[in-house]
Amino acid sequence: MLRKTGKYFKGYVLFAVLTPILMILEVVVDVIIPSLMRSTINGGVLAGNVNLVYRNGLYMIIAAIFAFLVGGISTYFGARAGQGLGKNLRLAVFNRVQTFSFANLDKFEVSSLITRLTNDIEIVSDIARMSLRISVRAPFLFIMATIMAVRINTQLSLIFIVALPLMAFGVFLTLKFGLPRFRKYQTKIDSINRRTQENLTAIRVVKAFVREDFEIEKFETQNKKLVRSALNAMNLMILIMPFMMLIMYAVIVAVLWFGGNFMLQGGMQAGDLFSYIMYVGQILMAVMHVAMIMMNFSRARASVERIFEVLETEPEFLESVDQGLTEVPNGSIKFKNVSFKYPGNQHFSLKNINLEIDSGSTLAVIGSTGSSKSTLVHLIPRLYDATEGEVEVGGIPIKDYNLKTLRDQVAIVLQENTLFSGTIRSNMQWGNKDATDQEMIKALEISQAADFVLNRAEGLDARVERGGTNFSGGQKQRLSIARTLLKEPKIIIFDDSTSAVDMTTEARIRAGLDQHNPKLTKIVIAQRISSIQNADKIVVMDDGNICGAGTHEELLEDNKIYQEIYESQQKGMVAG
Amino acid sequence: MNKRTQPRSISNTTKRLFRYMSHYRVSLITAVIVVALSALGAIMGNYMIRPIVNSLVAGEGVATLAKYVIITAIIYLFSVIGQYISGRLFVYCAENTTANIRADVFKHIQTLPVSFFDQREHGDLMSAMTNDVDNISRALGQSLSNIVRSILMFSGTILIMLILSPMLTLFNVILLGLLYLAIKVVATRSSRAFRSRQTTLANLNGFIEEYMSGQKVIKVYNHEEPAIKDFSVHNDNLFEDATRADTFATLMFPLTGNLTYIVFSIIAMIGSFMTINGMFAMDIGTLASYLNYTRNISQPLTNIANQFNLIVAALAGAERIFDILDEESEIDEGQVEVVTDPDGKCYWHVPTTLYDCQAIINRTEEMRKVDLPSPEFAEKYPGCLVPLRGDLRFVDVSFGYSEDHDLVLKDVSFYAKPGQRLAFVGSTGAGKTTIINLINRFYEINAGHIYFDGIDIRDINKHDLRHQLGIVLQDVHLFEDTIKENIRYGRLDATDEEIIAAAKAANAHDLIMHFNDGYDMMLTTDGLNLSQGQRQLISIARAAIDDPPILILDEATSSVDTRTESLIGQGMDELMQERTVFAIAHRLSTVRHSNAILVLENGMIIERGEHDELMDLKGRYYEFNAGIVEL
Repeated sequence: MLRKTGKYFKGYVLFAVLTPILMILEVVVDVIIPSLMRSTINGGVLAGNVNLVYRNGLYMIIAAIFAFLVGGISTYFGARAGQGLGKNLRLAVFNRVQTFSFANLDKFEVSSLITRLTNDIEIVSDIARMSLRISVRAPFLFIMATIMAVRINTQLSLIFIVALPLMAFGVFLTLKFGLPRFRKYQTKIDSINRRTQENLTAIRVVKAFVREDFEIEKFETQNKKLVRSALNAMNLMILIMPFMMLIMYAVIVAVLWFGGNFMLQGGMQAGDLFSYIMYVGQILMAVMHVAMIMMNFSRARASVERIFEVLETEPEFLESVDQGLTEVPNGSIKFKNVSFKYPGNQHFSLKNINLEIDSGSTLAVIGSTGSSKSTLVHLIPRLYDATEGEVEVGGIPIKDYNLKTLRDQVAIVLQENTLFSGTIRSNMQWGNKDATDQEMIKALEISQAADFVLNRAEGLDARVERGGTNFSGGQKQRLSIARTLLKEPKIIIFDDSTSAVDMTTEARIRAGLDQHNPKLTKIVIAQRISSIQNADKIVVMDDGNICGAGTHEELLEDNKIYQEIYESQQKGMVAG
Repeated sequence: MNKRTQPRSISNTTKRLFRYMSHYRVSLITAVIVVALSALGAIMGNYMIRPIVNSLVAGEGVATLAKYVIITAIIYLFSVIGQYISGRLFVYCAENTTANIRADVFKHIQTLPVSFFDQREHGDLMSAMTNDVDNISRALGQSLSNIVRSILMFSGTILIMLILSPMLTLFNVILLGLLYLAIKVVATRSSRAFRSRQTTLANLNGFIEEYMSGQKVIKVYNHEEPAIKDFSVHNDNLFEDATRADTFATLMFPLTGNLTYIVFSIIAMIGSFMTINGMFAMDIGTLASYLNYTRNISQPLTNIANQFNLIVAALAGAERIFDILDEESEIDEGQVEVVTDPDGKCYWHVPTTLYDCQAIINRTEEMRKVDLPSPEFAEKYPGCLVPLRGDLRFVDVSFGYSEDHDLVLKDVSFYAKPGQRLAFVGSTGAGKTTIINLINRFYEINAGHIYFDGIDIRDINKHDLRHQLGIVLQDVHLFEDTIKENIRYGRLDATDEEIIAAAKAANAHDLIMHFNDGYDMMLTTDGLNLSQGQRQLISIARAAIDDPPILILDEATSSVDTRTESLIGQGMDELMQERTVFAIAHRLSTVRHSNAILVLENGMIIERGEHDELMDLKGRYYEFNAGIVEL
């Protein structure tokens, strides 16, 4: 874990190294002060030597100022190193996600990627900062204070041989029984949170069915269990502090007793006893810190693992980013014996697909949900790679193209059309960052979005909220289409991307496209037969197979599934 | 992300929080007393150094030493036991108090009107229920006991220092004042740096959230490089701000630690000087004991400073929670309730003292023709009993979601007699869903009346009103439980047989039996392990099981495969038998078999009539059918 993480201190290694070194200097001062105090009491107070008192006092002040300066610098270095690590990790994870293919992205859920980039990295960088300071400070303080204590009186130090293992054993027992209880408590919290979330999303159902009391009752049962579980865990965990104090007090009492006896026998002086008690405090403090670090490390471990899960995921087709053909000759597409299964899936989603689409023609894909319509078109811009067989664009296997070129020329308007916060202009620039206003407006006109954009006072500079929430579903889809058109692609794929647009508007978009660029190859996935019946070719998908291809009339004649869909839509739906 | 981090009114929120804790006042007061005793013990134990050292220096012998050491041991032992007991008591109060708060919020949320949920993000409510409650729990469980203990430790130490040596304490207080000023300077800068870090962090996290959610879109547009560039700007900003915030926050440790050493050194010099010269009755035992106090005096202060941020966070959270608790509950002043006679027939019981029965009966002339309850039964209910039949009418209803928005419904009037079917047709935003929400009384109308069996629905007890309405919504929400329990949600006392019967009626039985665990199959949150069509079938069964007189259907428009679609259709048709039905319809069969079709546009009914009439009209309905305009 340390080795893996250590790499990401890059650029901040000096800070990461200096932090603990400065920390050691601070520790030296920590152990010097009791020994100066010992000399003050023994040589100064007991011997009546005022000058020694002053000299030692001055030394202590100088030492403290020195320790403060050193400690302050180490604080700054530690913060820089910790945040530097955070920054590097964050950038590395973000960069890695940018190289992910769709298959990689499917593996991680969006929310889990967000947690990794935010909480997990924060935890790791926080703990790195603390550890750089404490994980060196604690052992050094322990060792040095022990040496000083032994130097004062070796026999007295035998107390530690009894006390320390006792302490370690006690903490170990508490953690051993406490941590499982704590985890149980955590799962209880998770489950009550899940219930609350569920209740909030379904609040209309709760109200419609008048189930408020029922919900409250369920919640209260869980809530009561949660309290029991919390107390169960806490009551054990809060033992640690008093237990540590108990040991510490026991050690002090023992030091007072045995030390007192030594003093009576003349083997020790008052200053020895006093500074010895100070060292006892330091030694036990160091032990507590070590326990704290260990707890922190176990907290960080889970986060580190989650972060590296992303960093160690190999992106697919990394090799073709900077190489390959940068020219797509035309918009023809060919599927040759293509089969596809999603990574980790048992069965094939596409089975032995053969399909040819002429450049400049319109292909429509229809079929029920789960028939792999989207999967089929996702293979063309290499959002996924075919498991078997080959896809060609412009007569050339798609793997021979530069990935960027391919995706620019084979543009797809996804089902989930996300707009990003900014302005309409900044969103349009995703399609072409150098597009002029005229080009943008032209694209918006084709996608039937010009009206509502230009009606806004700010026009192209109108604000887009995060996720485009200030636009309706249909508007978002039309903006996404405009954005895609700006890429000037040879092939455009509509992955059910006009579902929220009414049919009149949809027809206008289609007409606009034909007029704008008759040579554009268009692929349309649709639910409504009415939106596709004019296509040059219609492909009917069923369970990963093409079970029919032809024009609307041909399919109506001889394709059973197509007839079924047609009939259900004609007779079943008010809007066919 | 623009959450308040500072509470508006500390005193009010604290008072309210303490009112919650006052349920456990005995434990709490005991805890405070015990913690005080324990702190006293810790202070006294330290004091024992004085007699011990003095007796040793004077060479008083083992017996004296033994006496003092045993006393010390006993004091320390009590102090530790006290610490544990008070810890337990504090945790007990804290956990129970937070549980009560959590339960109160949950309970209160159940009573809030739907409009509340429209205005609030779920995330905000969730964060109140999780983070804010957690913060309170931590503050009450740890910070409170810590602060009480620290305050007692500090004042106790000062007190005993005064007793030990008033002169040294004078110096000490001056030096501590200087230490306090130094800490304050750092603390102010620290909290300023912390705030600016929070803003930068929120920006970065917002960016991450947006870009991770849109990652697939980024790929499709080859937008990776600009994304990385924008990200780096946010990331670098955070690095600078966070480094500053962390530096100041951690600086507290070397600062207080070493300043305490300086105070310690100066006091050691003065004290030693006093001891050597025998001034102010100073002796070596007193000095040792006094110096030990000096060494530890800043610890309670740092402790309080450390807890301070936690307390502020908890108070800010408590304030957000109290804001939710202060939200107005749904209005439900309706007194009319449903009563069932021995034959199982249901009636609205209208108390005469409150409502005019004659007006209700006059409103629906058919009312006179139906059976009246037996006289013995009627006698038990003063007022009148109106048979529950399922007659529903809108009279000049106007409604807008908020005052500053336009009206969504304008003077809408229509009626459905018992057993009739009404279909609403219109494009998105025409007001179809709003009508359904009004029947449910999810929202209050601005003008007009809605009558259920002649009774204004505002006069009907809300629970009884909603019980009479079966609902199948477009967005199906199922719960994380078995299929069986999800269907039982419709009627809690339904037997397993009744559940199966309802599933059969809804056409869901075969589908359910197809699953490995059948009716015992666990659904994941919101039923995501089922397809949308399958979820809708189960929600139909859920509505069917209660056998309500009025049924409200919001048919799904979205793509469901043809086979499930036809199963759902049959299920719904079955459910519609012998009920008053309001349907937002997309399927022709639902619409065609309706007694009346209402075409809505811009919040008004623009066409109404039967299918054939409307087709002949060649108006908007005709256009819908011809597929010219999208629903």
